[in-house]
Amino acid sequence: MSLAEYADRNRLHRVGARPSLPRYLADAWGRRDFAIAMAKYKIEASNQRNRLGMLWIFIKPTLNALLYGAIFGILQGASRPENFPMYVVIGVFLFEFFSTSMNNGAKSITGNGALVQSLAFPRITLPVSTVIQQLMTLVPMLGVMVVYILLLGAPITVEWLLMIPLVAVFTMFNLGVALIGARLTVHVRDLTQLLPLFTRILFYTSGVLFSIETILASHPWAIALFDYHPLHEVLSIARGALMPGVDYDPMYWLYFSVWSVAVFVAGVLFFWSAEERYGRVD
Amino acid sequence: MAESTKTGVDLANQDASANGRKPVVVVDDLHVKYRVYAGGKPVKGTGRSLLKRSGGGIREVHALKGVSFTAYENESIGVIGSNGSGKSTLMRTLVGLTPPSDGAVYASARPNLLGVGAALIPDLSGEKNIQLGGLALGFSKQEINRLRDDIVQFAELEEFIDLPMRTYSSGMQARLKFAIAASKQHEILIVDEALAVGDQRFRKRSEARIREIRENAGTVFLVSHSMKSILDTCSRVIWINKGVLQMDGDPKEVVDAYQETKK
Repeated sequence: MSLAEYADRNRLHRVGARPSLPRYLADAWGRRDFAIAMAKYKIEASNQRNRLGMLWIFIKPTLNALLYGAIFGILQGASRPENFPMYVVIGVFLFEFFSTSMNNGAKSITGNGALVQSLAFPRITLPVSTVIQQLMTLVPMLGVMVVYILLLGAPITVEWLLMIPLVAVFTMFNLGVALIGARLTVHVRDLTQLLPLFTRILFYTSGVLFSIETILASHPWAIALFDYHPLHEVLSIARGALMPGVDYDPMYWLYFSVWSVAVFVAGVLFFWSAEERYGRVD
Repeated sequence: MAESTKTGVDLANQDASANGRKPVVVVDDLHVKYRVYAGGKPVKGTGRSLLKRSGGGIREVHALKGVSFTAYENESIGVIGSNGSGKSTLMRTLVGLTPPSDGAVYASARPNLLGVGAALIPDLSGEKNIQLGGLALGFSKQEINRLRDDIVQFAELEEFIDLPMRTYSSGMQARLKFAIAASKQHEILIVDEALAVGDQRFRKRSEARIREIRENAGTVFLVSHSMKSILDTCSRVIWINKGVLQMDGDPKEVVDAYQETKK
């Protein structure tokens, strides 16, 4: 009889063994208060020592939008999209939600080494908490965004309510991306160096600052390709819902929902299957 | 079982020594290797057995080399060994935080380390850190609200609990961390004696608290460099030397043998 059999006979379980997926998700659900508290307190702590405190949540993306709007407004000249300031504000604010979820999510395990090394809880709590943190930041930002859009002359319509399901689906998408990123950086730390570049590439290929349709007018096949770009879909839907006189293909809802569910499910499975690996220091 | 071999444990012997006691932790031929990027040149003629060079500046540290033992219910096991012998690695593997490279640890319940420091955020008030630390330990919000006053009182931070933790002195921070961690009871507990913190008075109180937790826990591993506290409290001692289980058995015998090598 080996020690393993001896342990089994006495009904002992292997320590640190990865639980089954339903069990794992149930454990993680049990830790939801921890994930939410960590998200809330991290926001509080990160702004606490700044004089303007929480206001930075709005100031930073606003300054970004102003800068990008000014530079790309001038560069694009007459070919810039209609209602350009609104166009940029929606693009920059929503893209910020994606990019911070991806970047911080990717660092959620590697950046919390001490915590992972000292306390036992389902590790999925960490990337989930990061995305909750970004969502908590996004909600007041959306409020500010709405104010900007009103100031820029958009009428309030019932369609604005579409932002609620859109943010829900977008959150699911971002969570999937964060989970995949979190595991990948555990295997290859160097990825954190590439992430800003990757973010930049996505920023310039999602139509945050310019209209894909105008820029690529001479390449219809490329425009068709953008129908399947998840971030382009989100931004198109948001602009269609919030801005006057902007239309989008309703099929985008379907495409983006499929993207989100697929990325989310893949993310959960991918992250869970390496659960035993996260405590290792090498 | 005064002494054990390096390679494994004679199970027939073990069953006999168990005397019908219930095993709660079985450590089966545990190996842990760390791969670390080593900067600089290795010092000549050092630690060839412990540090194996595997090229490209990556070194493999074989921290545990086949440790096996069984712990039974209500045992209080002291773990001794010099710095870098693999004690902490063994303890982290016992709680499942460091995955073994080979072998396994089996337990009736998940063993826990006494400690919570890493979950806390220095920029937040002591109050909020109690909430956060409590949630990290797995308490519900209601339980934390119930425990809160005891924690504040034990940490002696009534006046400062609303100030950011970074403004505390290191002793105050240590007290708060200890008070939060010590609020939880465990079935299988691992205590690092270095946890007794603060000034002399608080050290006494925290030692008393550790003793109390130890008494309430089913099985306890005590890591300590103080042979006195090991002899005072442990019913069995394990000596880890260079990643190998050197000796396992009666506290007096093991401690004597260990101290012999230190001379």
